[in-house]
Amino acid sequence: MNAVRVNSIIKTYGKKKEITALQDISFEVKPSELYGIIGPDGAGKTSLFRILTTLLLADSGNATVDGFDVVKDYKEIRKRVGYMPGKFSLYQDLSVEENLNFFATIFNTTIRENYDLIKDIYQQIEPFKDRKAGKLSGGMKQKLALSCALIHRPSVLFLDEPTTGVDAVSRKEFWEMLKRLKEQGITILVSTPYMDEAGLCDRVALIQTGKILSINTPQGIVDDYKKPLWAVKSPNMLQLLNELKERNEVEDIYPFGEYHHLVLKNNIKREELEQWIKQSTPEAVTVEAVRPDIEDCFISLMKN
Amino acid sequence: MSTDKVITAEQLTKRFGDFTAVDHISFEVQKGEIFGFLGANGAGKTTAMRMLCGLSLPTSGKATVAGFDVYKENEKIKKNIGYMSQKFSLYDDLTVKENMRFYGGIYGMSDKQIKDKTVFILKHLHLESEGNKLVKSLPLGWKQKLAFSVAIFHEPEIVFLDEPTGGVDPVTRREFWNMIYQAAADGITIFVTTHYMDEAEYCNRVSIMVDGRIDALDTPSQLKKTYEATSMDEVFLKLARKAVRNAD
Repeated sequence: MNAVRVNSIIKTYGKKKEITALQDISFEVKPSELYGIIGPDGAGKTSLFRILTTLLLADSGNATVDGFDVVKDYKEIRKRVGYMPGKFSLYQDLSVEENLNFFATIFNTTIRENYDLIKDIYQQIEPFKDRKAGKLSGGMKQKLALSCALIHRPSVLFLDEPTTGVDAVSRKEFWEMLKRLKEQGITILVSTPYMDEAGLCDRVALIQTGKILSINTPQGIVDDYKKPLWAVKSPNMLQLLNELKERNEVEDIYPFGEYHHLVLKNNIKREELEQWIKQSTPEAVTVEAVRPDIEDCFISLMKN
Repeated sequence: MSTDKVITAEQLTKRFGDFTAVDHISFEVQKGEIFGFLGANGAGKTTAMRMLCGLSLPTSGKATVAGFDVYKENEKIKKNIGYMSQKFSLYDDLTVKENMRFYGGIYGMSDKQIKDKTVFILKHLHLESEGNKLVKSLPLGWKQKLAFSVAIFHEPEIVFLDEPTGGVDPVTRREFWNMIYQAAADGITIFVTTHYMDEAEYCNRVSIMVDGRIDALDTPSQLKKTYEATSMDEVFLKLARKAVRNAD
């Protein structure tokens, strides 16, 4: 049985249904899988999570979570899922411990009963357990919200953009926590606009304006990219970009860290490529064939 | 006042009670430079930016922005800078043109200046037919690009961009950086924070704050050499992991 199964979900907003948030979305998540929904703001990630956590009704299509229907069996689902919304939604005027106690009580359990599950995360904020949640730093709020979402030992955990606006160090730590949770057998659906986080998931769905662009393992997504891709660099990057953009052989070129990534229509030998780059930009250039990463794949899928 | 230094900060410090949010930072930003201002959450970036924007008085140290003193001339600073963040940009329930009229008016531009500039920007962004549409009806990518144009509508000397590309798709993110390059080429100084380390590579120079101090400041290529790293991501992690304080 799949932990989550989504079948042809459509969701629109507005009086005349003029805004389409999700256009015929289907995918499946296996038990204990760490599944990433990767896409920019406005892709439909939050609508999807709210439908799966029974907080929003789809226009059409159906979905199950842990084998239960999101419409018919909403009460069952609410007992079994943990949900961490993108916006901090705990009680700001309750202390850290009071918040956790509150959520434990609601689900008819105690902190002690499931302490082993949250220990790893909660221990980091336990020294501040008497502090009001509203007075916590961003990183600590995130850890408290995750602890509260886990306190009833859910079978499926939904994390809506847990790392948005979080610095690179805290993001790495957060993903390490997720890995350890997954080892405890919890299925995790996590959404993120950061493409580099895709590589940390077992499988990912790339999503853009309500449509799934691709579903695969991170490696599989990269392997599907068949175009010749080169990294190029010169002392004048802006000029290099503008001049290469005009060439017929070039399908796409865009900045990529210290390099530009150059996508060719047909592959050619390095010497030949160096030759014609030098014609337009005589300054020293570096040319290297590179493997695409998820962001290259996303850009290519977006433009298709 | 020197004309080619748009920001000077010398031992700039801000304390809240016994907590030193910004701890004696010193740096200069040149005219037309793209200056990346990086740091982990809680390192003191926002506090430092608020002082430079004339919104918060320093506890000690000196700083000038666009030639104006942060203690005595903070109102003049506000008039001569632009500001944009992912959280606060445009008014959703005003049209594109109304937003421009509003910002232009706030900055004391004449009706004619506002009108001419509006026409120019709409043309430049290929948004001529969208001028009378509500901002909320535009796709996010357009909104961010429009918000940047509005932040530099009054032709400020410097524009502060606080995580301008958060959550934006990879194609729009790059189009946004093209606009930044263009503005810098036109002489507007760019002061930008970001959590995307590939964007740090697009800056002329980058500073990295750790625990209220500036621990590193150099060109991206020099920083990578100094810290024996292959990417800015690695440089950032090496520095930010040294942080001892854990706050926002």
